[in-house]
Amino acid sequence: MSALRLAALAALLVLGSGARAEETVVEIANFTFNPPEVTIKPGTTVTWKNADDIPHSIVEDATKFRSKPLDTGETFSMTFADAGEIGYFCGLHPHMKGKIIVKP
Amino acid sequence: MSHDTHDKDGVSRRHALECMLWAGTGVLWGLSGGVPKSLGLLDGAAAATTSGFTFLQISDSHVGFDKPANPHALDTLKEAINRVKAMPQKPAFMLHTGDITHLSKATEFDNAAELIGSAGVAVHYVPGEHDIVDEGTGKAYLERYGKNTKGSGWYSFDDHGVHFIGLVNVANLKAGGLGSLGPDQLEWLEDDVKDLSASTPVVVFAHIPLWSVYPSWGWGTDDAAAALGYLKRFGSVTVLNGHIHQLMQKVEGNVTFHTARSTAFPQPAPGTAPSPGPMLVPAEKLRSLLGIRSVTYRQGEEALAITDTALADR
Repeated sequence: MSALRLAALAALLVLGSGARAEETVVEIANFTFNPPEVTIKPGTTVTWKNADDIPHSIVEDATKFRSKPLDTGETFSMTFADAGEIGYFCGLHPHMKGKIIVKP
Repeated sequence: MSHDTHDKDGVSRRHALECMLWAGTGVLWGLSGGVPKSLGLLDGAAAATTSGFTFLQISDSHVGFDKPANPHALDTLKEAINRVKAMPQKPAFMLHTGDITHLSKATEFDNAAELIGSAGVAVHYVPGEHDIVDEGTGKAYLERYGKNTKGSGWYSFDDHGVHFIGLVNVANLKAGGLGSLGPDQLEWLEDDVKDLSASTPVVVFAHIPLWSVYPSWGWGTDDAAAALGYLKRFGSVTVLNGHIHQLMQKVEGNVTFHTARSTAFPQPAPGTAPSPGPMLVPAEKLRSLLGIRSVTYRQGEEALAITDTALADR
């Protein structure tokens, strides 16, 4: 996590933004990403936390990134430096979908 | 224990006791002249000794699962395997319809292989989505079970005049979709069955159901219709699935669909819970919701005889 935060911070410095690195949490419960859509500033770290008794994973729609399977209570974090929309789904249960909107 | 086919002579006390002994583990499948029927496990096994043969289906062992719904998933798998060992007639083989492991870990695969192998019966596997979440997204499974398979692990084989087809519908899944076979596998399937006589009994086994059980929980396969299209001309097609950890049947023309119990934990009936996650039941009730299946095939008969047996009768 600290490495990711440093990376996020570095990204912000490069961008010349004065904003602090932010974090947001997406909880996975009852086979749902909650909230299913989050809007964040560039450089924000998103942490997914699995609250279900079954593993889930985070896979970008075009498989640009993929988390390991998250067992109960496990987390996966990713920092989004660039503006854009990132759709993702659960690699085990692909009907579960979510979206990250990165907006300055 | 569920009987699709009931003993027409009534149930003797001994028979009832035998059935109770078996209640709780799985399903015994019988191929009877082409169409599998689920029989009482011992019914099927006994009948098979005269003409035909019996194989078993086990599913969703989730080795490594330790959550409240069943903190000892390895123990219940062991109970299931003990029942296989205790069968008076050894089945021809077992089909494992996926989710062998919970998290595709090497230790989970090792524990499963050791325990399932102790039954001394050949096992034909297909993967579930839990078996391909290793770093190589399926490499660990294929290293163990991929010999003589194509793509993500599909294959076919013949036994006693029955054509068995193991399909993989858990790989390369797409956002928002259900289970998927994919174009390569469909092309292979079309070719695999094209020279078979229409009177050949066909048994298809895969992890996720090949019919739309409950799409909003992901219980279906997007391109199943294409696969079933290639099998339409056959007089007897039996489709065996796991994934939903409960018994369900459907007949559509010459095709009969059956989902199997898990040996690890039950899941709720469609739409009866906020999600399809593991269903917590009182500990004394757990084994009545887990089980194995036996299938008996008799030459000259249309239906396979299918027997689902729970690990305990209540």
